[in-house]
Amino acid sequence: MLFRHNNLIRRARIIQEIRHFFVSQGFLEVETPLRIPANAPEEYIDPICSANWFMQTSPEICMKRLLCQGHEKIFQISHCWRRGERGRHHVPEFTMLEWYRANNSYLDLMKDCENLLRWLAVECCQQENIVYQGKNIYLTHTAKRLTVKEMFQKFSALTMEEAIVGDTFDEIMVTQIEPALPLDIPVILMDYPVEMAALARVKPSDSTIAERFEFYLGGLELANGFSELNDPFEQRKRFLLANSKRLATGSAPLPLPEPFLTELAALPPSAGIALGVDRLIMLLVDANRIDEVLAFSPEDL
Amino acid sequence: MYSVADLKKGLKLTLDGDPYVVIAFDFTKPGKGQALYRTKMRNMINGTILDRTYRSGETFEPASLEERQMEYLYKEGTHYTFMDQQTYEQVVMEEETLGDSKNFLLENLKVDVLIFGEKAIGASLPNFVNLRVVQTDPWAKGDTSGNDSKPATLETGYVLRVPPFIEEGELITIDTRTGEYSTRVKG
Repeated sequence: MLFRHNNLIRRARIIQEIRHFFVSQGFLEVETPLRIPANAPEEYIDPICSANWFMQTSPEICMKRLLCQGHEKIFQISHCWRRGERGRHHVPEFTMLEWYRANNSYLDLMKDCENLLRWLAVECCQQENIVYQGKNIYLTHTAKRLTVKEMFQKFSALTMEEAIVGDTFDEIMVTQIEPALPLDIPVILMDYPVEMAALARVKPSDSTIAERFEFYLGGLELANGFSELNDPFEQRKRFLLANSKRLATGSAPLPLPEPFLTELAALPPSAGIALGVDRLIMLLVDANRIDEVLAFSPEDL
Repeated sequence: MYSVADLKKGLKLTLDGDPYVVIAFDFTKPGKGQALYRTKMRNMINGTILDRTYRSGETFEPASLEERQMEYLYKEGTHYTFMDQQTYEQVVMEEETLGDSKNFLLENLKVDVLIFGEKAIGASLPNFVNLRVVQTDPWAKGDTSGNDSKPATLETGYVLRVPPFIEEGELITIDTRTGEYSTRVKG
């Protein structure tokens, strides 16, 4: 239990430094309601009900509405809830860091990720590079940018398109592509197929690709960022499609965030990202399980 | 019937007619993707390791396994016979199925025999057994070659390294988990 005690002290310091980093970059810290009438419906994310509303699965809906109201650089550290997610790197209630930039694209978020990690390594670990589970991670190195398409070409028998059609994209990602990612430098896996765009904008030069990326560190999926879709009709279509897929697999369809859809047309070209704070702390304190960086595991309650 | 929610290390289930034990398990969920349950399983009959990934909603047959204490009776060719002392029922196991356990089997040794369906698929031995050394070279006094061990053959035919002071006819204790010499039995 002693390591958990020490990790809690380091956790507080890391969260303080995350705030320090964003404030120094001119971001405004915001707080949005945790309990909301509707999340963005997604095929594989199950919210937790709270009376007739829901606990947020991400603060994205409210944060994007703040961009619509004219805020340009905002960040938030808040708890999120996702039903049934429990494993070495998952707890159903976890801490999320989200930040948004108006008039920027996903490329700018990638640089933020690199800079944030460098800042935290120096401020919280007093070194430029970190060691995770016995392996060096060179944060001073620019993140390796790899496209999903090229990773499928290199490491899978199927192409990205074939995997989507055959419904094996996730399995190939987990069993063949993720294990092939470099561990010694940050990795950005980018340009996801449009079928997995969720709330991301389609690439202007290629309508089959979404401007979405995942940031990996030491093999851990740390953050998911994208250029924001700001077409309310397209967004409503995607929400309805997610709901029909949920119905087909036996999950309940979810209500749509109507005020968000109404205001979405006013969203400037923007980019936003969600980063798992507990996993970030795991990396910085060299913890093997998410439980090691939490005050309590759900099973302890 | 088990569901993916029951998966954990040590869970025993039936797959393609064989019993498997889960030796590694992890819940994953690739970005915005579906929940996947990655498992590593060992076939309890032949030891083959299998990697399988499951989705939510998949189910498994439990493996109906039973462990019974039996006594080792005798060996005939590559067949080893054990007897349940309560029911006097006898089971036969192939040398291959026994694996390394065969090196430590001495008549009348009590072992836990694992039964899958009607079939005996393994035996777990006590962690330590005492066996007699039937052949080993004497300790050459003044040996300066620096060897701190020498080969010895046990009454089961098993050959292992023992300290130089062990003599023929002595009783020694073996750790059956590692197959290594543990101590000399005094007296």
